[in-house]
Amino acid sequence: MKRVMEGSMGVSEMVRLCRPKVVAAYPITPQTHIVENLSQFVANGQLQAEFVNVESEFSAASVVLGASATGVRSYTATSSQGMLLMNEVVYNIAGLRLPVVMTLANRAISPPLSIWNDWQDSLSVRDAGWIQLYAEDNQEAADMHVQAYRIGEDPRVALPVMVCMDGFILTHAFEPIDIPEQAEVDAFLPEYQPLYKLDPADPVTVGAFMEPDKYMEARYLIHQAVAQAAPVVEEVAESFRAAFGRYQGGLVDAYRCEDAEVIFVTLGTLASVAKSAADQMREAGKRAGVLRIRCYRPFPTKQIRQILGKGAKVAVLEKALALGVGSIIAPEIRNALYGSDTPVNGYILGLGGRDVPPATLERIFDHAAAGRSADGLFVDLKAEHLGDEAFAAWQAQWKE
Amino acid sequence: MPIPHAGVVKPGTSRATKTGSWRVQRPVFLHKECIGCRQCVYVCPEGCIVGEGKEYNADLDYCKGCGLCAAVCPKKDIEMRAEEQ
Repeated sequence: MKRVMEGSMGVSEMVRLCRPKVVAAYPITPQTHIVENLSQFVANGQLQAEFVNVESEFSAASVVLGASATGVRSYTATSSQGMLLMNEVVYNIAGLRLPVVMTLANRAISPPLSIWNDWQDSLSVRDAGWIQLYAEDNQEAADMHVQAYRIGEDPRVALPVMVCMDGFILTHAFEPIDIPEQAEVDAFLPEYQPLYKLDPADPVTVGAFMEPDKYMEARYLIHQAVAQAAPVVEEVAESFRAAFGRYQGGLVDAYRCEDAEVIFVTLGTLASVAKSAADQMREAGKRAGVLRIRCYRPFPTKQIRQILGKGAKVAVLEKALALGVGSIIAPEIRNALYGSDTPVNGYILGLGGRDVPPATLERIFDHAAAGRSADGLFVDLKAEHLGDEAFAAWQAQWKE
Repeated sequence: MPIPHAGVVKPGTSRATKTGSWRVQRPVFLHKECIGCRQCVYVCPEGCIVGEGKEYNADLDYCKGCGLCAAVCPKKDIEMRAEEQ
């Protein structure tokens, strides 16, 4: 049934319908409401799960790792510094091939202290072996959790899935969200069948030591597993459409790309700003398109080659950066297009919750359309906070 | 042996995995002066010295060549020799 609710509540409702047996989380803005709602569901008897209160994100991740290793569905959520504190366990969960689902309410990394949105937290673990999905709106954020369990628990995949949703922009926004019936979710998401589990009656060793003669093969196998999850992500999106009548894209979501002069490539909610800006620009004769990467890991190389590389210039919009280098995603797009002469520009914007209005995207369109090049080019810096010298140096970068 | 899913293994891999390749020296049991005191058996950190009476040998699949058996032998009946010999 469709109801107006907070994005966090939409996610909580959907996670409840996925029937996790263990939920553990430590509160951190802007993720807190999600697990707060889940603890309420457990207390009210609406969710038959063990809700484990922990003293840190490291413990939260460790609890869901252990729970998943005993063969049950488990769930956690975090943001920002919480993600960083989980880091060691995040790699363990992937290496042990445990299909944990975690919501990452994207938030900037401090210092300087910021509770607001960017993607530095999730992009910092892009190479950990998790599947990473990015939601554009709250319906998709909620739906992605059902898809996430189905993808991660697929025996062809057996990997954890991180559902990334922009902090505040989604977590705290009220929108109509269609929450299905329990029976519908049960039919789509059968009970988890683990490929192995910890059981005192039948002991096994997990995370065993591997000498140099085996470690490399083990890493190759998990590398292959992440790459081979790509068709499963698409399959599950199609099955979800068949079951629930909603489809928000498979690995990517292309909008008005066919005849575009400049294609914006981006993640999450920034795509909806870009789509609306593209519509406006087209009215003024500027042919803009948007390629939203819905699944960032595995990286949709094939789809990117199909949609980009047809003559349109590419402007990658990133709310994160590799300090001292520049863009994170733009070089991966360039890599995917290796051998083509498509120009790929990388722009850094919206860090720490900085607003990205459509006018900004039009400036980026003009910059890319004029054939200028950019990698890690900051957008919309303010003279009063930089000082004259630094500001002039930054302005000069726009004319290169 | 192919690596199983997620590297999950049944117990007993320490026996299945031959770890003696680290060794640069091997103990050679001379079997001339042995008095059967079993000090070499007790001191071996790998528990890989086997035998009975006055005849003992190291299982070279697991022996790391630490030399404790040769050092503890009261009759100097164990010699450490470089692996390449």
